Amino acid sequence: MTAPTLPPVAHRRPVRTDVRVDATPARGYGDRVYGVFITTCALAVPALLVLVAAVIARSAWPAIEQVGTELLVGRTWDVPRGQFGALPALLGTLASSLFALLLATPLALGVAIYVTELAPLRLRKPVAFLVDVLAAIPSVVYGLWALYVLVPFLREHAMPFLGETLGLRELALFRGPAYGPSLLAASLVLAIMVLPYIASVAREVLQAVPRAQREAALALGATRWEMVRDAVLPYARSGLVGAVILGLGRALGETMAVTMVIGNRHEVPTSLFQPAYTMASLLANEFAEASGELHLSALMAVAGLLLAITLVVNAIARWLVWRMERRA
Amino acid sequence: MTAPLDRPDASARPAARGRVELDQWSVWFGATAALQDVSLAIAPGGVTALIGPSGCGKSTLLRSINRLDDATVGIRHAGHIRLDGEDVHDPRTDTSVLRQRVGMVFQRSNPFPRSVFDNVVYGPRLNGETDRRTLEEIAERSLRRAALWDEVKDRLRDSALRLSGGQQQRLCIARALANDPGVLLLDEPASALDPLATTRIEELLYDLRREVTIVIVTHNLQQAARVSDRTAFLLAGRLVEVDETARLFTSPREARTEAYITGRFG
Repeated sequence: MTAPTLPPVAHRRPVRTDVRVDATPARGYGDRVYGVFITTCALAVPALLVLVAAVIARSAWPAIEQVGTELLVGRTWDVPRGQFGALPALLGTLASSLFALLLATPLALGVAIYVTELAPLRLRKPVAFLVDVLAAIPSVVYGLWALYVLVPFLREHAMPFLGETLGLRELALFRGPAYGPSLLAASLVLAIMVLPYIASVAREVLQAVPRAQREAALALGATRWEMVRDAVLPYARSGLVGAVILGLGRALGETMAVTMVIGNRHEVPTSLFQPAYTMASLLANEFAEASGELHLSALMAVAGLLLAITLVVNAIARWLVWRMERRA
Repeated sequence: MTAPLDRPDASARPAARGRVELDQWSVWFGATAALQDVSLAIAPGGVTALIGPSGCGKSTLLRSINRLDDATVGIRHAGHIRLDGEDVHDPRTDTSVLRQRVGMVFQRSNPFPRSVFDNVVYGPRLNGETDRRTLEEIAERSLRRAALWDEVKDRLRDSALRLSGGQQQRLCIARALANDPGVLLLDEPASALDPLATTRIEELLYDLRREVTIVIVTHNLQQAARVSDRTAFLLAGRLVEVDETARLFTSPREARTEAYITGRFG
């Protein structure tokens, strides 16, 4: 667009002070509409969160009143008798997510380091792409794969190997018969599912480490690995923690694949070989056929608990990142 | 072909080390020639300044001496660079050993986000030095050589990022000196510093020239004139002229050199 040519100064209209002349009326109107629209969009997101929390709290209130702390510490979930203790599901969620993280974090960081620092250039993009594709596979597909491939493999080979051959069943963590559907199966499938999230964020974080830091280490005689260890990873530390916590957030809420392989047994998990339950699986299994007000209300309370835990996890992540950034 | 570099034997250190010789040295990035047929001998000790307009290849030349561009995509080179007679670009040369013998300081100070002490002893620790007292001795000696000891001796445990810009740059010099290199490469080390901090760096280079061969890239011709014994003028990847600094700045042989130092281009 070419700039409009102004008439000579002497011929311009006198400036009126009773109307706004800084923008044409149409443009000012458009700006205002756009401003209102975009503000509404921005406010809608937090408003939605508040609304969801409010609805859950209101629906959960009868159960909180009647069942009380039993919801948090009770071990029995018996709908006909009105016993709603969600502790097994709560612990199952935490255990499966944390164990998944334990497995996925080293792998994901390894992939990220390999792709950003070590891989031959021709391999970097394809490997990064394939890892990202893992995130695009629907949850139910992971569930089916786990049900038909992972669980039989665990039952026939992995569990006997761990328990008998390595003799790990002496440890509480590996005790019990090898059913297949188990906390271990859920953790493994969760680990595969959160890996691309952690790897992808970690990759971005590593790529953001300034060249000056890398060259500082190299110029002092560091090998490539020493450079990664001493210059890249410490510099990226807070971002990497953020990546891991993002994965944890994903793992906590994952429902479908976990429900398919965890065994759905309402017991406090003490062994990786045991079937267990998670809050998300409990909700998925029981919501459709919830009988009675109290049952529905108790499920709502569990949903609220899950929401609260994910919020707390994210808050902790923020705090960790903030604290590390301040210390550096 | 000359022998590859080996770890220097501290007890048998030659009287004069830090001789750098470029022999028909050329570098290409892809199809673009960055340096062409540069032959330049840098005697042990003293300060050699590399001057020339942006993009003339002076930084590339500097980074060729410690092979810092090794991992750059599409880089090719021809010719030889010798450090004390040993071929730097021999495939058998261990770049870690090379880079400990050839220290480097960058345009922007780049301390690690750790304590002052941990920064200085980074190189010796890479070499496996763990003895506390030895490391403390190295740290003090290096910081003294970099004229920083008196300012930081009570702050060794503080983060290096809390130091001023000029102090950070001297810390980077101390960190390079902790490896006891024979050659110190400086890539516009003062261009991001204020005049006072710049003066301190220049004084430091004056003191260091007796112990280590210094090669400095600078855009600042006054700085080249102040700190260097010899100056090399590069233009479009070629070495135009190299001479005693005083002579190059007062009576250059080449018309292009005169045009550059009198500010007619670049």
